[in-house]
Amino acid sequence: MTGVIIAGAAETDRIGRLPDHSTLQLHIEGALNAVADAGLALRDIDGIATVASPGPVQVAHALGITPGWIDGTGVGGTSFLLHVRHAAAAIRAGYARTVLITHGESGRSRVGAAPFRLAASSPPGQFEAPYGTFGPTTTFTIPVLRYMKEYGLTHEQLAYVAVAQRRWAAKNPRAAFRDPITVEDVLASRMVAYPFHLLECCLVTDGGGALVVTSAERAAEFPEPAVHILGTGESSETPMISQMADFTESGAFRLAGRAAFAEAGIGPSDVDHLMIYDAFAHVPIYGLEALGFTGKGEAGPFIADGNTEPGGSLPLNTNGGGLSYTHTGMYGMFAIQEGVRQLRGEAAAQAGDPQISVILGNGGMFATAAVLVLGRHPR
Amino acid sequence: MTAKPVPVPTPETQPFWDGCAEGVLRIQRCADCGRPYFYPRPVCPACGSRNVEWFTASGRATLYSYVINHRPAPGFEDEGPHAIAVVELAEGPRMMTSIVGVPATPETLQLDMPLQVRFERRGDISLPVFGPLEPPGPPGPGEAR
Repeated sequence: MTGVIIAGAAETDRIGRLPDHSTLQLHIEGALNAVADAGLALRDIDGIATVASPGPVQVAHALGITPGWIDGTGVGGTSFLLHVRHAAAAIRAGYARTVLITHGESGRSRVGAAPFRLAASSPPGQFEAPYGTFGPTTTFTIPVLRYMKEYGLTHEQLAYVAVAQRRWAAKNPRAAFRDPITVEDVLASRMVAYPFHLLECCLVTDGGGALVVTSAERAAEFPEPAVHILGTGESSETPMISQMADFTESGAFRLAGRAAFAEAGIGPSDVDHLMIYDAFAHVPIYGLEALGFTGKGEAGPFIADGNTEPGGSLPLNTNGGGLSYTHTGMYGMFAIQEGVRQLRGEAAAQAGDPQISVILGNGGMFATAAVLVLGRHPR
Repeated sequence: MTAKPVPVPTPETQPFWDGCAEGVLRIQRCADCGRPYFYPRPVCPACGSRNVEWFTASGRATLYSYVINHRPAPGFEDEGPHAIAVVELAEGPRMMTSIVGVPATPETLQLDMPLQVRFERRGDISLPVFGPLEPPGPPGPGEAR
């Protein structure tokens, strides 16, 4: 365990389509909600972490925070999990006492959002973009046909990932998509990038959220039950999907998971609740296998057999995930938020009485990964 | 209409693009551990050696994985659904590419199918793309059978 807790956690008031909110405003709203959730005031915050843009300097300044510790790690949608890990280290080292981690992204409305630019002289600019890559739908998706050939994953099993997560979303009033869907619905939805149909791709939304992280010694000081950070891990693999070592598995997922489970002193059988960053339907499959919940090639049938949906043995992506709940572009913050809600017992689709929740975050296209093991109690 | 992206070489990648302009696929290998690698850079990713060299690859490859993109990037609007692929060179390294010369359908694009490099003009650059490895044609005059 790390001796560090999540003392406050909250999302923006609304998520979805928010053309009346800039990117910075989403950060501010999430931050104020999380600080209030912790029963604190902004003057209690002495550390700040977020991604650019707008970045930690802008967010701290907007909130009137003068930080003594700053983390601007920006490695894609999992960055907020890395911020939690780095904040835990900083708090243990005495570099910070109370760290605020913020996310805000006008992913759909693009209000006050940084333009997407790829330099034509960068490695992906020279060796991928000339072939027509255009964001995650054309890159993150490429490995799966190799996985399907090697392990026999069927189109129906891939589609079922979206079906299972919609069953959780149906219980969540904040989820963007709540109507039940079938495998046939998924396979009949518009083709985006074969073999991926629209319903196998995540949403694109506006929203934000924030966390307040501090020492476990202060656990009793806060209005909400503390969520203990039991273990953490991070890694990276490749800046270009074409250079991923093995298209059937994520090395970064595996290494981050191994580090987090080792620090927490747990194995897969100890996990009651799981969040796996799901930008596309294949990512939970890669995640389940990388973390050791199933063997290689078994995760597709595992999901299709109902094990991860309501009533199953391993509740997975219980907010509905990026496929049905929300996906601002850097979804990791929302995965952490749902893990916190489940451990507090306050989730919209509460999955029993979980003691341990594991969050697997992805950054880029299998580029980076981080894993958090969160617990209701210290271990 | 926006033009398709044109790569801008950097000093360490220039020999690759020069090779493409000459109609060959020139990649690097480590002179110490012998491992071929791609994309171009002045260090061996397997052993860290700076003692690396350029060589001309065979241009043969197999289809490792792909998607058929139905939402074209700027500049690709006239292509229709097209394959964005990763191929495995006979020498081992993989690279992203386009698959040309066959319809972009799941039926025609079979993983592990043999491919051969070709080059397409794009601005000032020759871009390596891959098409099916042609079966050997009938022998030409004077060619031994």
